[in-house]
Amino acid sequence: MPKLTIDGVEVEVDAGLTVLQACEIAGREIPRFCYHERLSVAGNCRMCLVEMERAPKPIASCAMPVGDGMVITTDSETIRQARKGVMEFLLINHPLDCPICDQGGECDLQDQAMGYGYDRSRYAEEKRAVKDKNLGPLVSTVMTRCIHCTRCIRFATEIAGVPELGATGRGEHMEVGTYVEKTLSSELSGNIIDLCPVGALTSKPYSFNARPWELKKTESIDVMDALGANIRIDTRGAEVLRIVPRNNDDVNEEWISDKSRFACDGLRRQRLDQPFVRQDGKLQAVSWDEAFAAIAGKVKSTSGNKIAAIAGDQADCESMYALKKLMESLGSANMDCRQDGAAVGEGSRAGYLFNSTIAGIEDADAILIVGADPRLESPVLNARIRKRFLGGNVSIGVIGEETDLTYRYDYLGAGPDTLADVAAGSNSFAQVLKDASNPMIIVGSGVLTRADSAAVLGTARKLAEATGMIADGWNGFNVLHTAASRVGGLDLGFVPGEGGAGTNEILSGSMDVVYLLGADEIDMAALGGAFVVYQGHHGDAGAHRADVILPGAAYTEKNATYVNLEGRVQRTQLASFPVGEAKEDWAILRALSAELGQTLAFDSLAELRDRMTTATPSLGNIDDIAAAEWGGFGADGAMNNDAFASPIENFFMTDPISRASQTMAECTAARDNSTTARTGTHG
Amino acid sequence: MLKDQDRIFTNIYGHHDPLLAGARSRGDWDGTKEILAKGRDWIVDNVKESGLRGRGGAGFSTGLKWSFMPKESDGRPHYLVVNADEGEPGTCKDREIMRHDPHKLVEGCLVASFGIGAHAAYIYARGEFYRETEALQRAIDEAYEAGLIGKNACGSGWDFDIYIHRGMGAYICGEETALIESIEGKKGQPRLKPPFPANAGLYGCPSTVNNVESIAVTPTILRRGAVWFESLGRPNNTGTKLFNISGHVEQPCTVEEEMSVPLKELIEKHAGGVRGGWDNLLAIIPGGASVPCLSKGACDSVLMDFDSLKEQGSGLGTAAIMVMDKSTDIVAAIARLSAFYKHESCGQCTPCREGTGWMSRMMTRMVTGNANLDEIDLLEQVTRQVEGHTICALGDAAAWPIQGLIKNFRPEMEARIEQAKKNAAA
Repeated sequence: MPKLTIDGVEVEVDAGLTVLQACEIAGREIPRFCYHERLSVAGNCRMCLVEMERAPKPIASCAMPVGDGMVITTDSETIRQARKGVMEFLLINHPLDCPICDQGGECDLQDQAMGYGYDRSRYAEEKRAVKDKNLGPLVSTVMTRCIHCTRCIRFATEIAGVPELGATGRGEHMEVGTYVEKTLSSELSGNIIDLCPVGALTSKPYSFNARPWELKKTESIDVMDALGANIRIDTRGAEVLRIVPRNNDDVNEEWISDKSRFACDGLRRQRLDQPFVRQDGKLQAVSWDEAFAAIAGKVKSTSGNKIAAIAGDQADCESMYALKKLMESLGSANMDCRQDGAAVGEGSRAGYLFNSTIAGIEDADAILIVGADPRLESPVLNARIRKRFLGGNVSIGVIGEETDLTYRYDYLGAGPDTLADVAAGSNSFAQVLKDASNPMIIVGSGVLTRADSAAVLGTARKLAEATGMIADGWNGFNVLHTAASRVGGLDLGFVPGEGGAGTNEILSGSMDVVYLLGADEIDMAALGGAFVVYQGHHGDAGAHRADVILPGAAYTEKNATYVNLEGRVQRTQLASFPVGEAKEDWAILRALSAELGQTLAFDSLAELRDRMTTATPSLGNIDDIAAAEWGGFGADGAMNNDAFASPIENFFMTDPISRASQTMAECTAARDNSTTARTGTHG
Repeated sequence: MLKDQDRIFTNIYGHHDPLLAGARSRGDWDGTKEILAKGRDWIVDNVKESGLRGRGGAGFSTGLKWSFMPKESDGRPHYLVVNADEGEPGTCKDREIMRHDPHKLVEGCLVASFGIGAHAAYIYARGEFYRETEALQRAIDEAYEAGLIGKNACGSGWDFDIYIHRGMGAYICGEETALIESIEGKKGQPRLKPPFPANAGLYGCPSTVNNVESIAVTPTILRRGAVWFESLGRPNNTGTKLFNISGHVEQPCTVEEEMSVPLKELIEKHAGGVRGGWDNLLAIIPGGASVPCLSKGACDSVLMDFDSLKEQGSGLGTAAIMVMDKSTDIVAAIARLSAFYKHESCGQCTPCREGTGWMSRMMTRMVTGNANLDEIDLLEQVTRQVEGHTICALGDAAAWPIQGLIKNFRPEMEARIEQAKKNAAA
């Protein structure tokens, strides 16, 4: 390991690091604008200059690899002058519009100007002005503020895989933008807002809403997909104003999808803020007691086997556990956490997890994607696959839809036939998987909702076993869920009990009472004449069908446990209180149980969690993954030859929150407009 | 003064046949096979011993540069890249080689490529050199036809191809790594170093980038011997050099002379002297637009080589000598250069992108004296803030002419400011 002397202190660091990283290890702060750990090195801002012994000029520490015996000075007069000079250059053409700039208070340029700049301007010439670009409904631009660090360009090209941003022009006239004015086609475009060190790229929906110091920041977990991205919820009063990513190298690194980031304005619309009961065909606002009484009246006159419950895609573990206990005490085994009817969860736990783990994607050297569009089903996970792709020496095969996944892949075929061929070894990709040391298969949730899903899953299992995906220290079998509640629900056993009905049977109209825990993406007409209780936070499909509505809490409004697709247990934190009379979901179920005469055996969230983790111990290991034992799942049998399809039609609208979001509606419109051909005479 | 028999470029004025037959009659392609037969190390060592320093401006030892190339290929091909993007203001030496003596360059490409283990050479030709590119291509075609390059070049057993890549008119693409980016089809912006091209250059492969003149003189050096070349000029400044003399002289010209020839002698002997006599001289920019200008006092005694000019606070650069007599508005001249650098800055790194514009705007005001006296110091400080802080040398090149101006002509600048203030008061 190379040894360096940094400001007189000797440090030993890993080879391959840069001088900047070594300085950080030595505890020296190096100012920077263009350098970012997760992007390629550009070395263009020149803020990170340090002195190196025997070098005639200061060096850019971000771009200089460490070498043994280097002597680095980070705080000499030369360096202070160099930094002041660069700061001055950055500011001469930067507008002094901090008072009206949304970056104010969290601006790298402001902070470093305070730390390293002159206290006044010496620039007396005219300033540059740059025309703003229209990057679509999410990213607001004030390009005059741009300092040309090219972080956004590098993010779009490297991480997001859409080389749509670039610099045109030379010298002072260099401008960052899309070459032809268009909306960025990435599902990760919002991240360039975080990356921008100045106020050139800011959040359009959040613009002019708040200053960062006014916001209460709550660390939480995203539930827009099954990835469980780590987020920070910024609230002012009761309002969620924005959502930004938190760093978690094992899950989302520091990216989140546009839906996770921008759907939060949906939390302000279409909210259920008080209980309703349907009277004379119309929903009437009532008190909690009246709502409970209406449910009790119906439930008490219904036998247990005619009562059913379905948990939706954003249901948390605590409420699912409470509902399960309630259903059991009512004598019902009819419950399901798979509102899409997916045949997953029977058999081994390894049969429904992303066993390789998200970070494990980086160890894979052959990836077979079956019936999934990871770019839409989990954009951040897709970025991880792209990262692996960029690392080189990986073969990626796709069976299913042939879409732009932002990386090159071998298209093997559209449906189960091809999967069977690979499993039988008659497709050449089978050999690729066998030759790989860490092969993996990713089965999309679109596969699981098919009529023949058990057979497909069985074939995938056999394929995994036949191509050496299951080995010591490596499990290459992965299911890519889209629902945040799915793995938690399956871990809890929120599935039909003995003789119980699952989603498909419940939806055959055979039930008298159906309890929907935030389940909206089901065919409501198929519930027949059942008495429907809807517990949730948005007036979506479920609420429209409901006979009783119990207003619950959205994911930003409760302390709740979620398990992500790899089996990682994470907890959300309450950032703002449930709106109006709405309550946390577990508490609603606890109160209802008392009305029904089946009082659940816990009075607090802590007690509930105690019991829940006793029943399912893995749920107690926060931020941990309980690895699953390999075992049997799926079934033998014939597969029909319909092509695999992704369950996501519109990435921007997949759940009650994003459907209520105006921003997501604008994104949908922008996407649809961009697909129609524009002519030269467009306005 | 250089003797005729020591002249390398014997057809620099195009008086003779530039084609293969003519080139052969001047000694080109003579014994190339034998030179190659002496081996790679012999070639590199001899070029090193000859003391040849790069003719593109930086003056780095050519042989040393070649010796940085990996001795054995790790599987990646090696490339020779020839920088024919001659864009330095005042410089017009490479174009003369390309149109009148192209076979020297083609033969040099073969010898140099063999020396660095490259089977292919890319010549990046300035886009405006349309006819020059045609002439060069004709020479390459002739060489292919004669079996001098291509498969088994000159019967040496070495396969060798030359490709010309035409630039699109950006000064910055003459910087070696920006040139590589441009060949790769990217925006011409200099790369960060390290890694140096010898490790990861064109298409990520070990590459050497050399100036046209550096390459074109190597076959002659190897034929006549390193000792002959070293005997010309002064130690560390050896050989002959093409000088471009332009501006206020009686006969502007391109001429091959011995290194370390006194500047005054060079101008008086070859360019017919300064217009109106030596005493009418105001200043000289001795090495292309990028180097600081010299006042007449320095011009009297300076020798035209790397070290002597460096001692005088300037540099040899491309050896493009721009002569300005006393009729010149020196401030306006340097302001024009500043505008050039502002226009040609690639915009990648901060000090150059922002600094060239700032310097150019201040220089524009200095021309009319529309400034304050302390702004001269500010201007000087801005040049220091740019110099040495950029990715490539364009920042330095933009700063040096202004530093030269302030060093040599500060009273002139001050007088203009005073005059402008007086005029405004009146």
